[in-house]
Amino acid sequence: MSELAPALGQIAALVVLLALTVPSLGRWLAHLYTSERHLGVERATYRVLRVDPDADQHWRAYALAVLGFSLVGVVVLYAFGRLQQHLPLSLGFGALPADGAWNTAVSFVTSTNWQWYSGEATLGHLMQASGLTVQNFLSAGVGMAVAAAFARGLARRGDETGDGRVGNFWADLVRTVVRVLLPIALLAALVLVVMGVVQNLSDSHLVTTLTGGHQAITGGPVASQEAIKELGTNGGGFYNANSAHPFENPTPLSDLLEVYLLLLVPFAMAWAFGLIVGDRRQGLAILAVMGVLLAVSVALLTWAEMAGPGTAPQLAGGAMEGKEQRFGTAASALFAAATTGTSTGAVNAMHDSLTAPGGGVAMVNMMLGEIAPGGVGSGLYGMLVLAVVTVFLSGLMVGRTPEYLGKKIGQQEMVLVAVYVLTTPVLVLVASAVALTAPDGLAGLQESGPHGLSEAVYAVTSASNNNGSAFGGLTSGTPFWNTLLGLCMLLGRFVPIVLVLALAGRFARQQPVPAGAGTLPTHRLLFVVLLTGVALVVVGLTYVPVLALGPIVESLS
Amino acid sequence: MTTSSTSRPAVLTPAQLAEALPGALRKLDPRELLATPVMLVVELGAAATTVLSLVDPSVFGWLVTVWLWLTVVFGTLAEAVAEGRGKAQAASLRELQTETPAHRRTPSGGLEQVPSTALRAGDLVEVAAGERIPGDGDVVEGVASVDESAVTGESAPVIRESGGDRSAVTGGTIVLSDRIVVRITSEPGHSFVDRMIALVEGSERQRTPNELALGVLLTSLTAIFVVVCGTLYFIADHSDAHQDVIVLVALLVCLIPTTIGALLSAIGIAGMDRLVRRNVLAMSGRAVEAAGDVDVLLLDKTGTITYGNRQASELVPAPGVTDDELAEAALLSSLADETPEGRSIVALVGRDVPRPAGATYVEFSATTRMSGIDVDGREIRKGAASAVTAWAGGTSAAVDEIVERVSASGGTPLVVAESGRLLGVIHLKDVVKTGIKERFEELRSMGIRTVMITGDNATTAAAIAREAGVDDVLAEATPEDKLALIRQEQQGGRMVAMCGDGTNDAPALAQADVGVAMNTGTTAAKEAGNMVDLDSDPTKLIDVVEIGKQLLITRGALTTFSVANDVAKYFAILPAMFVTAFPDLRVLNVMRLDPDSAILSAVVFNALVIVALIPLALRGVAYRPASASALLQRNLLVYGVGGLVAPFVGIKLLDLVISLVPGL
Repeated sequence: MSELAPALGQIAALVVLLALTVPSLGRWLAHLYTSERHLGVERATYRVLRVDPDADQHWRAYALAVLGFSLVGVVVLYAFGRLQQHLPLSLGFGALPADGAWNTAVSFVTSTNWQWYSGEATLGHLMQASGLTVQNFLSAGVGMAVAAAFARGLARRGDETGDGRVGNFWADLVRTVVRVLLPIALLAALVLVVMGVVQNLSDSHLVTTLTGGHQAITGGPVASQEAIKELGTNGGGFYNANSAHPFENPTPLSDLLEVYLLLLVPFAMAWAFGLIVGDRRQGLAILAVMGVLLAVSVALLTWAEMAGPGTAPQLAGGAMEGKEQRFGTAASALFAAATTGTSTGAVNAMHDSLTAPGGGVAMVNMMLGEIAPGGVGSGLYGMLVLAVVTVFLSGLMVGRTPEYLGKKIGQQEMVLVAVYVLTTPVLVLVASAVALTAPDGLAGLQESGPHGLSEAVYAVTSASNNNGSAFGGLTSGTPFWNTLLGLCMLLGRFVPIVLVLALAGRFARQQPVPAGAGTLPTHRLLFVVLLTGVALVVVGLTYVPVLALGPIVESLS
Repeated sequence: MTTSSTSRPAVLTPAQLAEALPGALRKLDPRELLATPVMLVVELGAAATTVLSLVDPSVFGWLVTVWLWLTVVFGTLAEAVAEGRGKAQAASLRELQTETPAHRRTPSGGLEQVPSTALRAGDLVEVAAGERIPGDGDVVEGVASVDESAVTGESAPVIRESGGDRSAVTGGTIVLSDRIVVRITSEPGHSFVDRMIALVEGSERQRTPNELALGVLLTSLTAIFVVVCGTLYFIADHSDAHQDVIVLVALLVCLIPTTIGALLSAIGIAGMDRLVRRNVLAMSGRAVEAAGDVDVLLLDKTGTITYGNRQASELVPAPGVTDDELAEAALLSSLADETPEGRSIVALVGRDVPRPAGATYVEFSATTRMSGIDVDGREIRKGAASAVTAWAGGTSAAVDEIVERVSASGGTPLVVAESGRLLGVIHLKDVVKTGIKERFEELRSMGIRTVMITGDNATTAAAIAREAGVDDVLAEATPEDKLALIRQEQQGGRMVAMCGDGTNDAPALAQADVGVAMNTGTTAAKEAGNMVDLDSDPTKLIDVVEIGKQLLITRGALTTFSVANDVAKYFAILPAMFVTAFPDLRVLNVMRLDPDSAILSAVVFNALVIVALIPLALRGVAYRPASASALLQRNLLVYGVGGLVAPFVGIKLLDLVISLVPGL
């Protein structure tokens, strides 16, 4: 049990770090999403983009801006991929295939960062730094902007904004990037460099190994991508081994820092939400549900990996297959829980080699819809949509037509919520069925039986929920998988975004009903328990059959 | 009083079920089921298993098929039973519609006899004693006592007179005395009784906003499970655990929220029916739902909060006068006073004495503003302070002080004097109804604010408000003030309920989210409100709110129960489905069911639970006024936790029986 102390120690350190910083960042986020002032550099950006940052956009205009901006991102990245051989700093790598370029373009614009390729063996520095790293900032900014618009929709009074205006996308996006993501990422990159993460633009070094063999060691702008990859819950590694690679994540301390960066913004967004709607306790309640779900999955994963059930780990004396010696089981479990609980998808261990229950927990984390605490922005709005479902059921049980923060949930609101809740399960289940039936899909699976099923289900779950972590074992760089997963990522990102913005518009139109003794309180313990329960029941009822045939069977055998 | 504790006839009898069955079978038409996609999916599933069982017959296939059809029938049966409960009332109302001859005034001033169906709005008809009033209208001439028992169930006749707020008459009611002229206000087929029949039969029922929203949630849950079960066919094949379509349909029907889907419309119809049983007619289900949301109740003081008559509550003697002296004088002066105030003075003194012989009684008049008695040379007067002191020839500081004190406390002082000597003051006050303060206390705990509306001055109003425990008061209120108050509350996002009867209440009734018009009121008021109280009891507004809340709680509770049931059903069905391919999954079989009968047991449980819950749907869940948190906690415990546990027990018990069926 001597391993238990450091396992708990790293969690304690993480909790303290978050507790110290989340409230301040939350306040800062709330301020920038409600302030009317622009910085000079922001004004310059608006002039270049030819947009009016002071226009209060109707939700439709906001949604069109999001979609248009993202479409441009997809097209640019696709072009970068297809034309790589003509670009500078390409390190001699050629063009990506059409399906691969499509998959990568969608992957980074949707903040999924699913990687079908080995970064160091496929992409040049320009593609990595100006294509992928830039999208890491922008896609994170888009998610946070949408969450901010949703919070404003709930906060606004109908008589002030009339017809469903939810704010300005350009201001939200630019401020998020300029005032939050860039400064923190810069600071984090510097700290990472100090800790030993590489940052250069050099070609690969050819070294002769002890046995006389040759090895190419690739450097590059790693630290800069690493910082935003974690901070923006993106997850796309510079190297194929991602955060298991010593150049990305050299020490247990850098590992802890990366986990911290993963969780910082999603939790701070919940805090900011409370401030934006004018009741800090509402944000705390949301934050508490995120925290509880994350804590449960960290506990389960840590138990699974440290106890190492199953024949192989028992024989080997520990579930160390696919894990880095310098991290060990506990730190790998913590990272796995954090990266799947946020929609990050970075890994410091191979998830294919997690124990069966551990892999199951990672999968359930994603199936929750990335809400524990979820992606930057997307975690908040995903959780809030579930809060609306919870309020709908429990609101009826207190004898009032349901309302959340004084906004009534009528038929139109419910349609939007229902389609939102339907979107990812339908994507995951339909894509799983297609992949497990089509010969091209089956061809990618490394194993047969329950583990093979888990590989396929994990991949589509990861893509549909914009996580991006891979179970491994799946050969996904084929036209079939690239196309399928690209569709999952695209629909899994933008259908919910449009629905959330529409919902924000409907809420913004409404005059809030003042709360009284007859109103269901949404900041108390009972609500936290209920919301947690609803999140688990919704996921459980949807995915139990598939989980039973995959990880559950595996765990039991 | 709570809704749940009221005694009522048995909710569901076998005879009712038998009566409802033909209607239930008619509702199996898929077009009828379009409105409830949950049940439509069950019916399509049943049709599919029927075909599959015909093609490849098996005991299991046929049993599942039969129970799936039963599931659909149970659902339509619930709705048919709920509708059936209004049918009896509708039948008795229809009798009112028998054609009656009407005496219509012609333009020339004569009378012509026409059938009641020929009457149009604006026609003037004369109705004499013993005749049926041929249509809805307002009395424009005369006064009559009318028997409205057929509509209201109240056997005592009521007075209807022209002008004022008691002018509305309902077609089909009978004039008992005198002769009145009525201006018809409704076209044939659109009368009040027609609307009542439609309402109690539920034939014009439109689904309410919250019902529609809940329908969306149920449909989306159904859609998810259709996808879950549909994709499972392929995913199971990949795992070499092939599943028959019949098994997947059985799983689907067990998972989709059939319980609430089957009972949803019955709950709505039963909610209206509960109102009807309390003699309140809601013109739309929307209003019933809105009643559950009410934040502010506007209540008229007179008749709602107070008994409506001032009553003597205290005798305050002037200095040097004994209690007895004052009591005797007050009693004597009131012996012949038949006003409620006078009677209350006799009651307060508590002595009954015969009227003295040879006494002269002085009646109250608006000019003298006092009444009294002259007997045995004594002259006793009681009345308004200024009038009596003037009659007595001067006042005293002490009496003035008592008068002021009584006024300040919201009461009305009556000064008593005998032959120039001021004896003291009778304190008349508005008597607050017993139990009303507790009622307001309950409302407050439910988060509802009460506002008392009165024409009294601010001092009097405040005193009564304090005593009754209302939260706020609108004194010296005009109808315009009422309307303004409602608008102001609504602008703050609050829902307002009020009741009223006069024509000048009509705008406020129309503006309020829930407007309950008194049946004794004018046609204008009844048209403006969205509910009519046949008993004309303003206190019933509180019942209406409770029924609205109960309706919503019943929906939420059964939905929660339905969804919570799914957990146990998974534990029953999944191991049975996959245990052949993956024997390790048998540890999930926590109920230790027989794998051959487990699926059928779940299907049977799913069907029977609908029948078991029909009485609850019709009666509504128990409701006790309490804060939102307390209500939620209680209902979650009963219907959430209960919904998790009940099917584990139920399915296990059923399985013990079903596993004995040969050939499964």
